[in-house]
This record gives sequence, structure tokens and C-alpha cells, in this order.
Amino acid sequence: MLELKALSKTYKTGDRALSDISFSVPAGQVVGLIGPSGAGKSSLIRCINRLVEPTAGSVCLGETELTTLNGRALRQARRRIGMIFQEYALVERLTVMENVLSGRLSYVSSWRSFLRRFPQADIDQAFSLLNRVGLGDHCNKRADELSGGQRQRVGIARALEQNPELLLADEPTASLDPKTSRQIMRLIQSVCREMNLPAIINIHDVVLAQNFTDRIIGLRAGKVVFDGLPSTLSHEALTRIYGAEDWGQMQQANEPQDDDVLLDNTLNSSLNSSLDSSPMLVSS
Amino acid sequence: MSGSVVYLILAINSVEVDWFRVYEGLERGWRFIQGFLTPDFSSRWQDIQIGLIESLTMTLTSTVAGVLVSVPIGIGAARNLAPAPVYMFCRSIITLSRSFQEIIIAILLVSMFGFGPFAGFLTLTFASIGFLSKLLAEDIEDCDSAQIDAIRASGARWWQVVNYAVQPQVMPRLIGLSLYRLDINFRESSVIGIVGAGGVGATLNTAIDRYEYDSAGAILIIIIAIVLVVEYSSSYIRRWVQ
Amino acid sequence: MISGADTQIWQFRTPKQHILRWLGWFWLVALTVFCWNLMTEDTIWAFVADAPRQASDIGGRMLPPRWGYLNQLWQPLWDTLNIATLGTLIGVIIAIPVAFLAAGNTTPSRYFVRPVALLIIVTSRSINSLIWALLLVAIIGPGLLAGIIAIGLRSIGFVAKLLYEAIEEIDEKQVEAIRATGASGAQIIDYAIIPQILPAFWGISVFRWDINIRESTILGLVGAGGLGLQLQSSLSTLAWNQVTVIFLVILATVIVSEWVSAKVRQAVL
Repeated sequence: MLELKALSKTYKTGDRALSDISFSVPAGQVVGLIGPSGAGKSSLIRCINRLVEPTAGSVCLGETELTTLNGRALRQARRRIGMIFQEYALVERLTVMENVLSGRLSYVSSWRSFLRRFPQADIDQAFSLLNRVGLGDHCNKRADELSGGQRQRVGIARALEQNPELLLADEPTASLDPKTSRQIMRLIQSVCREMNLPAIINIHDVVLAQNFTDRIIGLRAGKVVFDGLPSTLSHEALTRIYGAEDWGQMQQANEPQDDDVLLDNTLNSSLNSSLDSSPMLVSS
Repeated sequence: MSGSVVYLILAINSVEVDWFRVYEGLERGWRFIQGFLTPDFSSRWQDIQIGLIESLTMTLTSTVAGVLVSVPIGIGAARNLAPAPVYMFCRSIITLSRSFQEIIIAILLVSMFGFGPFAGFLTLTFASIGFLSKLLAEDIEDCDSAQIDAIRASGARWWQVVNYAVQPQVMPRLIGLSLYRLDINFRESSVIGIVGAGGVGATLNTAIDRYEYDSAGAILIIIIAIVLVVEYSSSYIRRWVQ
Repeated sequence: MISGADTQIWQFRTPKQHILRWLGWFWLVALTVFCWNLMTEDTIWAFVADAPRQASDIGGRMLPPRWGYLNQLWQPLWDTLNIATLGTLIGVIIAIPVAFLAAGNTTPSRYFVRPVALLIIVTSRSINSLIWALLLVAIIGPGLLAGIIAIGLRSIGFVAKLLYEAIEEIDEKQVEAIRATGASGAQIIDYAIIPQILPAFWGISVFRWDINIRESTILGLVGAGGLGLQLQSSLSTLAWNQVTVIFLVILATVIVSEWVSAKVRQAVL
């Protein structure tokens, strides 16, 4: 369970990226974070694992207050948070396996990680995660030999290898084609279901967000302007987030297609019935 | 434009040339060209051999030592990895090393450590540190920050971030730079002998002083050949490392 | 939690890669140790151990600098600047045709002219300007002229190499477009190639000028004029407090020239 209280971020340049953000994410809930470019989506995600330092407010993961941690305690908190990046952010010249195992770095000594001598349990888990994301036989390839979709699967496996209590995803589909984007979103959604893992996914594509998340938070200029079920995301709400546009057209053009049956369909079908929370609409 | 013309006239006028001496020298120049075309490897072979061995050993040891010292300094001089005090300290070492010519460093070190290749080794190592650390630091600063963030986000220690996110990105270039420095160190090793720091430069200096142009030609041909070999093999190794 | 995978072995590298790598490192270490032993065979370690004392001794003699000596340095400094500038000028003027003859796309003959041009470049590049100066002082006598020619000869290879690489990287479409108008060879160079390489040319020339300033400060050590001449005579009379002043003048000159060249390169690129 993640709880943000009055989180604010002002950059040194004076740009106010986030102001007074508060919400909580219960276990197992997948949250889609939408909003125009520059609304502070990326800053929000990075404030949670402190890749960006928040200026004020608090972030609680379970019992731990993250904003005051430093050094060793910060590293141990970070390993409880898996992160999936835009453009994958794999270390391109390392193998797929090394990339996945890098999720265990904070658990092993520097010396062991230098020699690549990870405990067998970590390696077993890495193999099963790679099988889970459908890349079981690619483990010795270099990351830059893979296609975009495959790389993002490795990115997901790396994040899960941390045994995280929370998953953050920063535009995980930004550089993928529509079909691969849906596959990746479905994969993230289904692993979150399996592990009862909460997730915050920062995403540009509204339709994708509506299809694969349990709750949508809309940001505009660093403030939460919408928080509710995907089905309640009305044209009026979209206008509040992004500004005026003919939203009816967009939704017609992007009706979900059933062309991608790669991953657990059984889980998808139970998607809408298994919502374990009921977020409310907030007014801004 | 007119300023540069005035400068040129002033500059050229300040060059005093003893044309008679130059005319006399032309004959010697011709003998040098002949010596270069018919090099004499044998009569001074002993001296050449000693000088070459000194040059080559100095080149390799100083490059290895230079790389070993440059890696920590280069990491310390990269803004995205090092805290501010360490950064300032490493940058000042780099500036110090880069400000002075090898020859000037060699003069100082020879007067401290005595004549011979050990002073040369120290000179080349010192010069390599400035060169390699600066370029390595720039390369680390150019690293893809997303890859560094990704490793950092997994809770990795600083040391693991260097090992997993930075090292894979800069390794090919570090190897390339080291080979390039090897090439430079060899060329420099043939010069610092002139001030007593060992290497084939001393042999060459003696040969020219004695007007033995055929031996001098032989030494120059050997230098050029070795530079060519080093250049070709390093471009081969660089392609293989990619 | 994910479970149910049977134990699989993951090896970071295959045994063969492992051995090859190990052998490679072993070979490098062995070679370095071997070279080290060979190099230090005749080293007198007593001198090395004595170095800190020597250093403090020299340091003591270097300080305080003899500032009055500065007045004798203006003329040599002017000479040094002239050696670097005129030398660069000569080098660049000769380097331009050599570069065109060496570039694969402009050379008149790949099999006869190009190898000769490349040989000129390699010869010029392999031999340090101090060695060129040594030779030239022996041939045409000590003085500024020897220094200027030495700097020029060393610059040919450097400038020509970078320039011919720039020529080889030009956009061939522009050349085709000009050729299609029926232009002659010289006109193609004038209209299609020169405009493309001009920024690179100025950048390279100024960069070399900057390097030449550094190199010309020491050419006097072998008699080729400039600050080095003063350095040589101060060293031979063990006037270390004058040496300090010369070092500081060299340092200042180098810093100023680096600043100038950075500014000029910023302006043209």
C-alpha cells in the first residue's frame, strides 16, 4: 500500500512540477496516470523512488516513510519498488540475464555482483520470470540484439526480479507499436493481478489506460484533476485534463481489438470483476 | 583582414635568416635525404637496439600505469558520479597534467630521478593521466542517464552502478583511448630522450649531432614503421571490441 | 509468487570465453612485468629514493621566481608566437593539396598518387616537431627559420589527415548535382566540395595552431628559437628561479591560446 500526502516538487529553475498531490494506492490496484506532456507525470513517479527529490510532502510505502531516507536505508527502500522505463533503459551491452539479475543488486555484495556470482535462488527466479514474459531462450543474448517489445519484457522481468511491493512504469509503451503496446500493458496488468502488486503506470495513450488499468488519475499542471474508474472518464473529464478536443472521435477509432491473445486471457476476462477498490471522483 | 596582413609583415620581418648558412645547409639536407633513402641499420645497431627497447618498454609500462591511475581519476572527474569536492580535486589533477608539455615534465623529472627510462616512464605516465582521465570523464558524462537511473532504481550501491550501468557503456571507448594513448606514448618516447629521459630519442640525437644521416634515417624509418604497426593493429582491436 | 521452475544453471561466460579472457589478462600482466624489469634493469634506485630530497632542493631554488627576468622574455615570446603561426600557415598551405590527393573521392589516381600522399602524411605525423627541429637545426643552422619549418612539416600530416577524412565524408549528392551541370573537375571542387569542408578546415587549422603554440615553446631546447632557447640557457646555468618564470609564461601562453582556439572553433562550427 502506497500513500502520498501533499507531495510537491519545485525544480531549481523555479518550475513547479507537482503541487500538493495526495492519493493512496491499495495492494493489487493498477493505476493509470494520464495528463498532457509536462503535467508532472514523470516527476511524480520519480519522486516516489526518489530518483527526483520531492520538495515537500510525504511518500509512505507500507510503514516506511520514503522521503527522509538516506544511504543504505534508501537503497533498501528502492529495492521494494520495481521500475519500468520509457525506451526500456536496459544496459544495452549486458546480456538479458545480467539485466534481469541487476534487479537483485541490492541483495548481494558488490564483490559477488562484480563476479556475476548470484545466489542460485536469484538465478532460478530470473529464469522463471524470463519464461513468464516469454523470453526463456534469449537469456544469453545481448540486450541490444532484441526488438523493442522484447526489451520492454526484459525491463519488466528486471523490475519483478526485485520482488517489489510496488511497480512504477514511466511511459512503458512510448516507443512501441500499437499491438506490442497492448501486449506489454496486458502483461503488466496480469503480473500485478498474480502477485497482488500495486502499480502506477504513467501513460500517454488514454484508450490503453482505460483498457488495462483499474483506476485513472489525471494530472494537469502538477495537480490531480481527475481520480476515478476508467469507465467514468468522461469527455468532460478529458477536457479538464487535456483541454478542449473532439474526444468522441478518439474513442471510436480505438475500439479494443482482440488480435493479441499471447498472454493469459483468463486473467483479462476477470479484469473488471476483480476490482478491489472503489476510487472516487475528486473535484479540482 | 588588414590586421592579419600587418601581423604577417611584422612576423616575417622578425625572422632573421642567414641565407648563406641556409645555402650551405642545402648540401647537408641533400645528404640527409640520401641517408633516408639508403638507411644504415648496421653500424649503430647496438645503440639503436638499446634505445628501441627503452622506448618500447617505457611505452607499454607507462600506458598500463596511466590507465590504472586514470580510471579512478576519470570516474572522480565525472559530474554525474562524483560528489563536488572529489570532482574539483580530480579536475585539478587533470588540468595540471594537461598544462605542461611532456618535454618540460621530463626535464623536471630527469633532474629529480636521474637520467634514464625511469624518468621517461614517469613523464609518460603523468601525461597519459591527464589525457585519459579527461576523455574518460567526458565519456562517462555522456552516458545514457536512463540506464544509470534504472540500475540506481533497483537499490544498487554506487559501486554497483559503476559496474553495471557505466562500465558496459564506456568500456569500448576506454579500450580505444588506451590504444590511442599507446600510440602517442610511443611517439613521445622517441622525443623525451633528447632531454635525457631514455628511449630512442637519445640515439637519434647523437646520430644527428655526429652528422650520421644514414643512421638517423634508419632510426626514423623504424619509428615510422612502428607507428604504422601500432596504428593498424589498434584499429583492428577497436573494431573487434565493438 | 512465481514458482515451479526447475533449477537451471546460468553461466556468465562459456568456459572457453572464460579461459580466453583469463589468458588475455595474464598475457598483458606478464608482458607489462617483463617490460618493467627490462626497463628498470639499469635504474639506480638510490637516485630514485633520493628524488624527494632533489625535488625539495629544486623547489627551493625555483622559489621565489626571479620576476626581473620577465623583461628578457618578451622578444622570445614574440618569436614563439611567430614560429607557431607562420609554421601553421606553411603546414596548412601544403596540407591542402596533399589532403585532396589522399582523399579516396578526389584523388586523381588511387594506385599511384594516393599512396604517395598517404606516405607523406604518415611520415609527417610519426615524427615529432622536436625531431624535425633537431634535423633542421643541423641542416640549415639554428634560428627561427628551422623552428618554423619544423612546425610546418609536423603540421602537414596532422592537418592533411583530418582534412582528407572530412573530404571523404562529404555528401556525394551535392557533388553529383554540380557534375550534372557539366562542371569541370576544378569547378566541382570549388562549388561542391570546398563549401562542405570549409568549417572543418578552419576548425582543424585553429586546433593545430593551438597545439603548435605548445610545441613551439620548447623547440628552442634544440636551438630552433623562441622561449625554449631561454629555457635551455637557464637550465644549463642551473638558474632555477628563471626556469620558474619561463614555466609561468609558457603556462599563461598555453591557456590564452587554448581560450582563443576554443572561441574561434565555436564561431566557425
